[in-house]
Amino acid sequence: MLQRLSNLTLGLVPVVLALLFTTVILIIVGAPPGEAYRNILQGALESPDKWASVVTAMVPLLLCSAGLLVTFAAGLWNIGVEGQIVAGALLATWLALNLTLPPILFIPLLLVAGLIGGALWGLLAGLLRVYGGVHEIFGGVGLNFIAIVLTNYLIFGPWKPADGATMSGTDPFPPAAWLPRLGDLPVYPTAVVLALAAVALMYFALRGTTWGLKLKAIGKNQRSAFLMGIPTSRYMLGAFLVCGALAGLAGSIQAIGVRQRLIPGVSGGYGFLALLVVLLAGYRPLWVIPIALFFAAVGVGSPRLELSMQLDSALGGTLEGIIVLFVLLAQGVKRKA
Amino acid sequence: MRKRLFRLLILAVLALTLLPAAAIAAPPVQEGGTVYTIQKDDWLSKLADKEYGDPLAYPAIVYYNNLKAAEDSAFTKIEDPEFIEVGWTVYMPTAEEATAFLAGEVTGALTFGIVMVGPFNDHGWSEAHYTAGQYVETNVPGARMIWLDKLNVGDRPETTLEQVVDDMVAQGAQFILTTSDDFQTDTDTVAAKYPDVPFLMISGDHAWTGVAPPNVANYMGRMEYGKMIAGCAAALKTETGVMGYLGPLINDETRRLANSVYLGARYCYENYRGGNPDDLQFIVQWIGFWFNIPGVTLDPTEVANDIFNAGADVILSGIDTTEAIVVAGQRAEQGETVWAIPYDYEGACAEAPDICLGVPYFNWGPAYVNYVQKVQAGTFEQEWIWAGPDWTDINNRDTTAVGFIKGDGMTAEEAVQLDAFIAGLADGSINLFVGPLNYQDGSVYLADGEVATDEQVWYTKQLLEGMTGPSE
Repeated sequence: MLQRLSNLTLGLVPVVLALLFTTVILIIVGAPPGEAYRNILQGALESPDKWASVVTAMVPLLLCSAGLLVTFAAGLWNIGVEGQIVAGALLATWLALNLTLPPILFIPLLLVAGLIGGALWGLLAGLLRVYGGVHEIFGGVGLNFIAIVLTNYLIFGPWKPADGATMSGTDPFPPAAWLPRLGDLPVYPTAVVLALAAVALMYFALRGTTWGLKLKAIGKNQRSAFLMGIPTSRYMLGAFLVCGALAGLAGSIQAIGVRQRLIPGVSGGYGFLALLVVLLAGYRPLWVIPIALFFAAVGVGSPRLELSMQLDSALGGTLEGIIVLFVLLAQGVKRKA
Repeated sequence: MRKRLFRLLILAVLALTLLPAAAIAAPPVQEGGTVYTIQKDDWLSKLADKEYGDPLAYPAIVYYNNLKAAEDSAFTKIEDPEFIEVGWTVYMPTAEEATAFLAGEVTGALTFGIVMVGPFNDHGWSEAHYTAGQYVETNVPGARMIWLDKLNVGDRPETTLEQVVDDMVAQGAQFILTTSDDFQTDTDTVAAKYPDVPFLMISGDHAWTGVAPPNVANYMGRMEYGKMIAGCAAALKTETGVMGYLGPLINDETRRLANSVYLGARYCYENYRGGNPDDLQFIVQWIGFWFNIPGVTLDPTEVANDIFNAGADVILSGIDTTEAIVVAGQRAEQGETVWAIPYDYEGACAEAPDICLGVPYFNWGPAYVNYVQKVQAGTFEQEWIWAGPDWTDINNRDTTAVGFIKGDGMTAEEAVQLDAFIAGLADGSINLFVGPLNYQDGSVYLADGEVATDEQVWYTKQLLEGMTGPSE
């Protein structure tokens, strides 16, 4: 009981501290804090359209978080998740621009393309780690960079629109490749189902399968896991593969759903944000959902700060970052204590 | 700086003359509202906060005060909400009036939303739109601007135009202006979602080609003229005979504008300098977007330096931001003889006034006023407008769509020649879009004697023969 309580305070205290800290910042810049928080909430939740946007922003967060749960379980820092999103979007875009199929075939194909593209990019990071001895953080950063450069090259080169290359991306895909919306609302039911399914799947896989157990064993101590007879290399590559696939699926959804074309920043920073989500959730799958909801709501609500208060909307991101820092700090303090 | 002091002085004198008048003609008590004399340290949002508990309610004061001022000279019209003077008599509406105004319930009140691609204070493209929005607020009683800037994949990778418009409509916007070529496709989609909200999409052609939904209109200024004048100014100045154009991304519009600069430069080099226009070297370098996005575009500061290193002594900007003139200013400080012509925003020369030859700028204000009034009157309709300068005075802020302000870098003699060129454009005696003109690859753009149609100018497929740099 006492243990439970202290876990709860451990979760709550940093959030409260972060809110206090942000409030102080707001007071310093001379903005009424209550008004600012109200604006974020209102901007995120005031209409069905806003709710829809929040859910849509949750999708890539959930998919990437589900994938990161796997790599974190194996003790891997898959920073390359951003590049894996991009790789999924690239493969989906390549098909979307070059094929003509009825939507019933086209859309599943593009989603699978996302899975494959991301999985390959993830595998690359894994191979570098397992066989190349390149730590996954450095490999990931490098692969992220390559994915971005490749995207820009394609958008400004082979895939540029007929009337000139621009940062706003390729020409829109043919409508048959568009992920269907829920009526007029900017939300994609297929994507939402897939994202929730991914989190649920990882919840059960990590909890109730030997595969999950072995991954966790590797995460705890790779060497002893190996000595226990777990093929660590294969499992680590598998973790990269799964995480990459889910991130790539998110990329495909961003391309054929949210943007309906390939844009330079197609990953939207959701990979990095998902890293924060999983850290904040303390690697617990079920916590990922409310935290992703919170991050998505702050992201969608923040532009309202500028619209009605002329505050920089980066404040939303600052709030998120501060919360994560305080949570990590609290965990560190607990470990030391 | 001197200009601002001067303006302050004039306003102060005006305010002083108004003081006794206000004291004598004690304004009649208005129904419900209060008469207030501006005190030291007052500003409008502070008054709004004190009176209505909301600093953002200040447009209500501007609106009701300007209504009063129109019928009663005892009140001072507020031209610029950021500028009030001690001693002005203003009318403060009742709290109910202010609330109703902010909720958009006042007849004639209209909230319009401006979406900008770059920062609202970029001293370039986006700022020109922002100041035009302010111009509307002061010239159309009841008009209130809401705005969001930096909507691009670099600054806001998570945010779509649709989200922004959802937000603006939720905030009461009845008219949306999307002010970048980058927003064209998304504007069509969002406008289809809000068929009752009129959209003005700047610099696009989908209302012309019939791609856009019926609630979208396009508007653009004929910047070709501003750019030809800029090219002329550069040709009047250059000593090395090399000039560089710092271009954004490559499309019909940007090629059209680069070509205009070149045509203006050739004409003036030949006719005023007596040079051979074929000797002019014209370097075009594109950075890849309208402004710098680190890691994505080329760095405009570096590209501007490259242009000077290639021997240019005049740089002309085609991008949204001020790097060209900033770099030129730095090099001039180190003793180089170089000049710059910025772009988009009338105040852009301020970055380095001494080496500024002038700035071709957009003056969106009058058009925005026109469209806001149309929306108010319910007469907004789909159209594609490409508006030229007011040739009687290309710098008349209340009428012209594009203008050119000469910079301090021009000598009096050069200024006279430039004025002659402008006069020639104005009376039609100079038309540079006349054949024979070839594209860069030698193919014919305009046959001998052929005068370009709007379509031929708008859809410019390549740079012109003689220019250096990629056409696509």
